Amino acid sequence: MVRTGFRWTSLLLPLCALVLVLPVLALALTSLQWDAQAADVLRQMAQTVLPEYAATSLWLSVAVAIGVAVVGMGTACAVTQFEFPGRHLAEWALLLPLAMPAYVVAYAYTDFLQFSGPLQTLLRETFGLRGRVFPEVRNLGGAVWVFTFTLYPYVYLLARTALAERASQLMEAARLLGAPLSRRLREVALPLARPAVAAGVALALMETLADFGVASYFGIQTFTAGIYKAWLVMDNRLAAAQLATLLLASVGALLWLERHSQRRLRFASGRGQRSGGFEARPVHLRGAARWAAWGVCSVPVLAGFVLPVLFMLRPLMEGWEILPIGAYGQWARNSLLLALVGAMLATALAFWLAFAQRRQPNMLTRGVVQLVGLGYAVPGAVVVVGLLLPVGWIQRVAPQASVGYWVTATVLGVLWAYMVRFTAVALQSVQSGYARIPPALDDSARMLGTSGVGLLRQVHWPLLRGSTAAATLLVFVDVMKELPATLVLRPFNWDTLAVVTYQLARDERLGEAALPALTLVAVGLIPVIMLSRTLQPRR
Amino acid sequence: MKPISFSAIALALAALAPVAQAQDAVVNLYSARHYPSDEALYSGFTKATGIRIQRVDSDDAGILSRLRAEGAASPADVVLLVDAARLWRAEVDGLFKPVKSKVLETAVPAQLRAKASDEGTAWFGFSTRARVIVYDKASVKKEDVDTYEELADPKNKGKLCIRSGSHPYNLSLFGAMVEHMGPEKTEEWLKGMVSNMARSPKGGDTDQIKGVASGECAIAVTNTYYLARLMRSTNPEEKAVAERVGVVFPNQTTWGTHVNVAGGGVAKNSKNTANAIRFLEYLASPEAQNHFANGNNEWPVVPGLKLDNPALKAMTGGNFKSELINISAVGMNQIKVQQMLDRVGFK
Repeated sequence: MVRTGFRWTSLLLPLCALVLVLPVLALALTSLQWDAQAADVLRQMAQTVLPEYAATSLWLSVAVAIGVAVVGMGTACAVTQFEFPGRHLAEWALLLPLAMPAYVVAYAYTDFLQFSGPLQTLLRETFGLRGRVFPEVRNLGGAVWVFTFTLYPYVYLLARTALAERASQLMEAARLLGAPLSRRLREVALPLARPAVAAGVALALMETLADFGVASYFGIQTFTAGIYKAWLVMDNRLAAAQLATLLLASVGALLWLERHSQRRLRFASGRGQRSGGFEARPVHLRGAARWAAWGVCSVPVLAGFVLPVLFMLRPLMEGWEILPIGAYGQWARNSLLLALVGAMLATALAFWLAFAQRRQPNMLTRGVVQLVGLGYAVPGAVVVVGLLLPVGWIQRVAPQASVGYWVTATVLGVLWAYMVRFTAVALQSVQSGYARIPPALDDSARMLGTSGVGLLRQVHWPLLRGSTAAATLLVFVDVMKELPATLVLRPFNWDTLAVVTYQLARDERLGEAALPALTLVAVGLIPVIMLSRTLQPRR
Repeated sequence: MKPISFSAIALALAALAPVAQAQDAVVNLYSARHYPSDEALYSGFTKATGIRIQRVDSDDAGILSRLRAEGAASPADVVLLVDAARLWRAEVDGLFKPVKSKVLETAVPAQLRAKASDEGTAWFGFSTRARVIVYDKASVKKEDVDTYEELADPKNKGKLCIRSGSHPYNLSLFGAMVEHMGPEKTEEWLKGMVSNMARSPKGGDTDQIKGVASGECAIAVTNTYYLARLMRSTNPEEKAVAERVGVVFPNQTTWGTHVNVAGGGVAKNSKNTANAIRFLEYLASPEAQNHFANGNNEWPVVPGLKLDNPALKAMTGGNFKSELINISAVGMNQIKVQQMLDRVGFK
C-alpha cells in the first residue's frame, strides 16, 4: 500500500474536522453543565409551551418531507424519463426556486394574500363582501407550502443527477424485458434515486428545522423558536444550548436511521455510464400525459418562483427610492464574493472528507463525516453562538492572540460559520455521488497502481463532476441567502443583499425590501442557470 | 479537488482581506438601529468632524454576543441598541465603558440614561418611541381603548391585534405593566388580552395597523414611528390606512404612556474613546436630534427642542404624559413576563 505521500492528511483531517465541529461541540459541552436557573427555565417551558413546539416542528417536518419528496421526485422523473415539448426549459426552470430565500417568499405571499392585502381587498370591494375571503396564509399550512416549494429543488437536483447518470440504461433494459412504465418507475427509477431523494429530503428538513425567519413571521411556534426564546428573551444561553443539543441529537438520530435503513439499498453499477453508441430512449408523451407533465413541471416553478416574484413587483412599483442605487453594486459584489469563496471552500472540504471516508472507512472518518454533516441542521444563530463561545474562551485565556478580532474584523468568521453549516450540504451531494461509484473501481485502480490523490483525480473526479457541480451550486445559493451568521459576524461596512433585505423587512418596509430581495434573486439566478447547463446530461 | 480550485480560493480570499486602513480619525460603530435613514446621521457626523464611521448593523442579540466573544480584542468604539431592556442587559454584562461628558449629562434627562457611577455613565438614551393603541374610528369609541388595561376588557372581545408577545417592544411594555400593576394583575391582564385577540399574533406593528384599517381587527398596539411613517407616506394606499385609524396615547390620566428608549454608549474596549464620546455628543446635538424626529419619526430626548414633525404633532396634539419608570426594573422583569406569556398562551 502506498501511504507515505499521504501522511500529512492523517493529521490534517481531524484538525480540520475539529474546526468544523467546534461550534457544535462547544454547544454540546456547554449543555452538559447544570445550573439551577437554566433548569428552572427549561422546566417551566416544558410544562407550558415545549410540547406544543415539538409537535409543531414534527408536523411541519413530516409535511415538508412528504411535500419535497413528492414534488422533487416527480419533477426529476418527468424531466429525465420522458420527452415532451418544453422539457429542456423545465429542466432548468425547476431550479429557479433555489434562488428564493424562504423568508422572502413568505413576505411575498403574505403581502399579497393577507386580509389587508390587495387580493382580499379587491374581492371584498368587488363583491361587497365582509370579513375573510381567503384562508389565512400565515399558519402551519402556509409554512408547509413555502418550505415545500422553496426547498424541493434539493431533492429535484440530486434525484435528477442520479437518474440522469444511471437510470436510462437500466430503464431501457427493463423496457426491453417487457416491464410496463409504472413498474419501471416503481422498481427501477425509484430505488435508484432513493439515496439521492433521501439526501435531498434530509437537506430540506434540516433547513426547515433551522429556520427562524419564516416561523417568526408566520407566528408559528417551532422548536427552533423555543431555542431563540430561551436565548434572547430568557437570556439563558445554557437553556438554549441544551434545547439546541436536543434538536441536534434528534436530527442525528434521524440521519443515522435513514442511513441504516438504506444500507442494503445502496448499490452501484460500474458499467455503461457513457458507453456511447447505446442510446436510451425516453418515453415520448402525448395528449393527456403531456398535459400532466406540463402540470407537474410548472406548478412548482409557479408556486416557488413566478408568483412570489410577481407579488413583490407590486410593492416595488410603489416606492423604492429610499435606497441609494449606487450601493447595489457593492452589495451584490459582497454577496457574490462570499458565495463564491464559500461554495468553493465547502465543496473542496466535502470532497476531501468524502474521499477520506471512502479511502479509510473507519470509526474516525465515519464519525467525523457524520458530525460535520449535522452542521446544516443547526440554526444559523445557534452556529453563531456556538462559534463565538470558544472564541470567547480563547480570547479570555490569551487576550494577546486577538482571536476575537480575527473572527469578526475579517471575513474569516463568516466563512467559518458558512463552512460549519454548508459543508454538510456539499457532503450530501458528493456522498450521494460516491454511493453510485462501485468500490470495485477503486480496487481496480489500485491494482493498476493508482491510489491516493491519483485515485481521486483520475477515477473519482471524472465520475463525480456532476455531483460536485451540484454541491457547489447548492452552497453558492445557500450562502447568498444566509442571514444570521452574515448579519452578526460580517466585518465593518460589509453589507450584503440578504442583510439589506432583512434590515428593511425588520423595519417593516416590505415595499422597499422588494428591490434588494429581487436583486438577490437575480444575482442568485446566474449560477443556477450556469450550473444547470453544466449538469445537462450529454445525450 | 483540483489544484486550480485551491489557487482560485486563495485569490478570492486575498480579495476579501480587509484593506489596511489608517488608524487615525475613525469611529467603529456596532448598531442595532435598522433604519436606512440613519445613513444621513452618520454622514452628518463625518462632515462636521472629519471622523469616518465604520459600521456593522445587526440585531441587538447579535451585537451583544459578538461583543462578549471579542472581549478585549473588540474593535468596537460605540454600541447603539434600540430597547431599554437590552441597554440594561449590556450595562449589567459590563459591555459599556462608563464615560463622563458634560455635554451629554446636560442634554440627556437623567431618567433616560444609566445611573452614573464614579467612573461615569454607561449609556445614554438619544430617542424615544411611545407604544400606543390604534383603533377603527368607525366601530370603536376612543373611551373604550384609552388605557392599556382596557385591552383586556371583555367589552373588546375579538377585536385586538398585537404582534408576538416575545418581541422586545411588547416585553418592555409588559415589563413596565408589572411595575405598575404587580405580577398577578399583569398575568390576568395578559390572559384577558389573549381572549380578546382577533387573530393569533403574527407580523410586525405595521401589519397590526393595516389589520385595523382593513377590518380584520378593530384595536391594535403599535410603536409610534410605524404609524407616523404611514401618516407621512406618499403612497395613497398607506395614507388611507393611516386615515382610517384613530390613535390614543393610553393612560394619560394615570401613570402615562409606555415609552421605550433607543440609545448607546462607548464600548468597553474602545480604542478611540475620545472619538466615541464625540460621536455620542453629536447624537445629542440639535442636528442629530432633529434627524431622529424627522428622519425616523422618533421623539428627541433633548428637552426644549422644537419638534417640527407634522405626524408626531398631529398624533399627540402637542404633548403627552409618558410613564416614569425604572428602566432596570423593566429589564429584570423580562424573564418573568415571558413565563407569564407561556402560561396564558400568549404567542
